[in-house]
Amino acid sequence: MLQLTDLHAYYGKSHILHGVDLHVGKGEIVSLLGRNGVGRSTMVKSIMGQVDIQGSIRFQEEELVGLAPHTIAHRGLGYVPEDRSVFPGLTVKQNLLLGMKSNKQTGRWSIDDMFDIFPRLRERADTLAGVISGGEQQMLTLCRTLMGDPDLIMIDEPTEGLAPKIVAQVAELLDEIKNRGISILLVEQKLTIALKISQRLYVMGHGKIVFEGTPEALRGNSPVREEWLEV
Amino acid sequence: MEFFLISMLNGLTYGLLLFMLSSGLTLILSMMGVLNFAHASFYMLGAYFAYQISVFIGFWPALIIAPILIGIIGAVIERYGLRRTHKTGHVAELLFTVGVALVIEELVPLIWGRVPMDYKIPPQLDFTLFTLFTTDFPAYRGFMIFISVFMLVLLYLVLTRTRIGLIIQAALTHPDMVGALGHNVPRVFMLVFGVGAALAGLAGVIGGNAFVTEPGMAFAVGSIVFVVIVVGGMGSLEGAFVASLGLGLIQTFMVAIDYTFADVFAMVGLDSIPPGTVGDMLSVKFSQMAPMMPYLIMVLMLIFRPRGLMGARES
Repeated sequence: MLQLTDLHAYYGKSHILHGVDLHVGKGEIVSLLGRNGVGRSTMVKSIMGQVDIQGSIRFQEEELVGLAPHTIAHRGLGYVPEDRSVFPGLTVKQNLLLGMKSNKQTGRWSIDDMFDIFPRLRERADTLAGVISGGEQQMLTLCRTLMGDPDLIMIDEPTEGLAPKIVAQVAELLDEIKNRGISILLVEQKLTIALKISQRLYVMGHGKIVFEGTPEALRGNSPVREEWLEV
Repeated sequence: MEFFLISMLNGLTYGLLLFMLSSGLTLILSMMGVLNFAHASFYMLGAYFAYQISVFIGFWPALIIAPILIGIIGAVIERYGLRRTHKTGHVAELLFTVGVALVIEELVPLIWGRVPMDYKIPPQLDFTLFTLFTTDFPAYRGFMIFISVFMLVLLYLVLTRTRIGLIIQAALTHPDMVGALGHNVPRVFMLVFGVGAALAGLAGVIGGNAFVTEPGMAFAVGSIVFVVIVVGGMGSLEGAFVASLGLGLIQTFMVAIDYTFADVFAMVGLDSIPPGTVGDMLSVKFSQMAPMMPYLIMVLMLIFRPRGLMGARES
């Protein structure tokens, strides 16, 4: 479904990704792991068309390299950034409405679905997104991207800084996303939920993929964990 | 009392006009990160276009047509100029807008000459709206207030009640995220740039005949507009509104105050300052300092409160 081949990415003169190969199948949950600064976030931004890149990114049999971010979104890719990027001056409900690509769009998800999954968001519907808690913002940004009805969603560090109870809720939502036939590319620093929910994992180090395999394979491979993941 | 009320009304008119000019500029700045030096040139073009159109078919059509033309010019400049320069970085963008401003500045006298235009208030509005004690308040001033408030309300409704308005608000702080959600951000930029130019043009249409239509008008108003956005806070429409009215009132009142510093000192009993450099400085009238005030406020603002009155960002 999503296939990256020999992807190189640049920020100005610095070369961040050095030839990344990665693929995500239909309905699959794939995690991309690695320490801070190895290029994980750059990789998802590259897929979204926000970074200068060389190489090939094919999504549903079509090349994405060179397309504008909004065109890539219309092809069916969704992106939830690490910093959450909620629109602080708009209400929770308005944030969700902007997740839809047009007024008429109907997809797998409605605002009421979101409110049913996270009742907290319904209570906060008319509150400005800038003043809700970090956990609520994380739910909001996830739901907002889902409102755009993506076929594959890329989620950067959704559990960062969240209380365990909310982490569990996020994991439940990821399951629900998968059940509706949507592929997930999950970017994580820690192994907490990645090992539980992923079918396959990649580990990244210094802008390259250094491991690819199943959760069991990673559990059994302590040299990779020690060198590239554990602090 | 009479002086106070009339100055209030004049300051209000001027302040509202300033806001119409600066609202577009502050939206463009916070959304695209571009300090558009050509913004005041759209104001000047608005006045000249309106003059020219009113010569042919009258003021009322000009009131509609001139801002639309300026809006189209603005959108074209964004689409085929600024968007290309954007790839080269902010300095290139800044120089581009300075270049556009200078080209317009030089083009206008080539077409219309250097003398002020005979751009008159339409006869239908050339009467006294009311007389306050002994001072006449011209109907055209009332018309300016009406148009400014009307545009302000319209802008507010579009920004808060429509989908495109919400997209614009979101793009003010997170343009990348707005794009990643599937909204065409470059097109939004072009639209905002065009509408901002049209608003500046409209300010020129109604300001050009109330004040003066001549080649220096862009420069004169351009620097004040920058003060408005710095004092109000980058990207804050509310801030720009408060700063516009504040600056309008301060300037109008200062110009009208005939006292000197020495007079003020004399009032508190300090009237024995001998002539000399200090004594001469104290004989400067407040009205003489009026042109300096906006810039003084801007400089102090940048030192003590760089994010302005209501700005969300530090830079």
